[in-house]
Amino acid sequence: MTVHALAPRSDFPLLAANPSLRYLDSAATSQKPAAVLDAIAGYYARDNANPHRGAYALSVAATEAYLGARDRIARFLGVADADTLIFTRGTTESLNLVATAWGRANVRAGDRIIVTRLEHHANFVPWQQLALAMGAEFRIAELTNDGQVDLDQLREIATPNTKVVAFGHVSNAIGTISPVEEIVAIAHRAGALAVCDGAQSAPHLPVRVDTLGVDAYAFSGHKMLGPMGIGGLVARRELLEAMPPYQMGGDMIASVGDAATSWNVLPHKFEAGTPNVEGAVGLAAAVAYLEGLGMQAVHAHEKALVQYATRRLAEVEELQVLGPAPELRGGVVSFTFAGIHPHDLSQFLDADGVCVRAGHHCAQPLMRSLGVSATTRASFYVYNDSSDVDALADALELARSRFVVGAR
Amino acid sequence: MSSDLEELYQSIILDHNRRPQNFRAMPDATGHAEGVNPMCGDQLTVWLKLDGDRVADVSFRGSGCAISKASASLMTQAIRGKTSAEATQLFEKFHALVTGHGGGEDLGALKAFSGVSRFPLRVKCASLGWHAMKAAMASGAAASAAGDGAGPDRAKSP
Repeated sequence: MTVHALAPRSDFPLLAANPSLRYLDSAATSQKPAAVLDAIAGYYARDNANPHRGAYALSVAATEAYLGARDRIARFLGVADADTLIFTRGTTESLNLVATAWGRANVRAGDRIIVTRLEHHANFVPWQQLALAMGAEFRIAELTNDGQVDLDQLREIATPNTKVVAFGHVSNAIGTISPVEEIVAIAHRAGALAVCDGAQSAPHLPVRVDTLGVDAYAFSGHKMLGPMGIGGLVARRELLEAMPPYQMGGDMIASVGDAATSWNVLPHKFEAGTPNVEGAVGLAAAVAYLEGLGMQAVHAHEKALVQYATRRLAEVEELQVLGPAPELRGGVVSFTFAGIHPHDLSQFLDADGVCVRAGHHCAQPLMRSLGVSATTRASFYVYNDSSDVDALADALELARSRFVVGAR
Repeated sequence: MSSDLEELYQSIILDHNRRPQNFRAMPDATGHAEGVNPMCGDQLTVWLKLDGDRVADVSFRGSGCAISKASASLMTQAIRGKTSAEATQLFEKFHALVTGHGGGEDLGALKAFSGVSRFPLRVKCASLGWHAMKAAMASGAAASAAGDGAGPDRAKSP
């Protein structure tokens, strides 16, 4: 079986310049197509000025580039009301925004906050700290044996005093795709907000945020072919309008008096200061590129690679894959191997040009429950093909023979 | 294996990773401290028993990569019988070696870590046990100064 790349390596300058590089760390960050790099350079070469500020034509061009990018990205994510898409630095800032601005105004002592055992620290720590600050109760929805959120247990702990259920759409650490509709239904039955960490779903699955039913959805541009430092928060308009601002400064005000200030309309209320126009323009080019490939095709491609990897890695002795069956996971394969610590293993694989991630994947609560301190993770994207998986499997065999067998 | 990698994983390092020395807790220690590498989740505890100013016994336990485990293991062998000043001096020489600022003079078996300097990300791994040892020494000194064992029981390496 051969799985061909969905996007040609030649579209990606870094991959084209390093033909032997096996980049298997896209869950951490993706490589960027030339279309994105060109869009960013083009913005600075043609349209650069401070948006929303000047009445001159160039500032208008910058404003239009920024607004156009928001519309483009909202359309890609299935968001009809583009002004409910707030640009942020990424998922981490988006989740902190909700946990801080909404959380401080709405969570009280005696309330309950729920996260799942699968969460990345970015969707765990802000809620844990909110609970500590407000005297609320912090509960963790545990997992079934195959690494899925235990919905029965979640139903039990989602009591009427629950104010928020925060969950990841796709686990960055072990790849589990969570059933959004069911988790949202449980949260809403309890009268709680459903907050979704979409860092690993927006890049890899066809996502229509409006139909997901979540109250808030956070994502990062750099994991979906876009530049670093841009991402977003999509939330229900009523929620955003009722929330106090997160940061204060230029652009987010309607009028500033000596004693009081009133806030600008959405999305500006949550975008204080000069915005990251370059990032927005680059991300708009990235989603255009992804739309060209088709998100159904992206998902199918990664599924094929995960299935192929599962088969190939099953042939490697002393290797144990963590997490659910291949059909229940995104493009992430996390494993332990032959008693070789992931840190040593990734160093070995690097010598063969194979880039994988080693460590706790910013998910220490999950690692603890799996009984491991770290794993090695290979993650796939549109430019990977089955030869990358073969290179990984071969490099693992080599590491085993040199690190374990040779030393016995 | 590339020559850089061979130099990093010398056989003495692989041996100590598989069979770490002094890999045990020490109930009657005069000081102990934990070393944590937040990047990769490595975590180990070092125990020290000081006889006056001299290291009478030293041990460690924990989980980590081959570099951090072997380094802690060889550290326990290297500092036993040394005064705290001598142990600190040895750490300075070791640190210079792994950061590429020293030739490893007088380091004996610890010279096996010379390959680390080619992999800057692994300097933290190689130093983890040593930082914990220093913190354990400080905790022991604090405990004996306080006279009631009330030293810090947790000191993180940078």
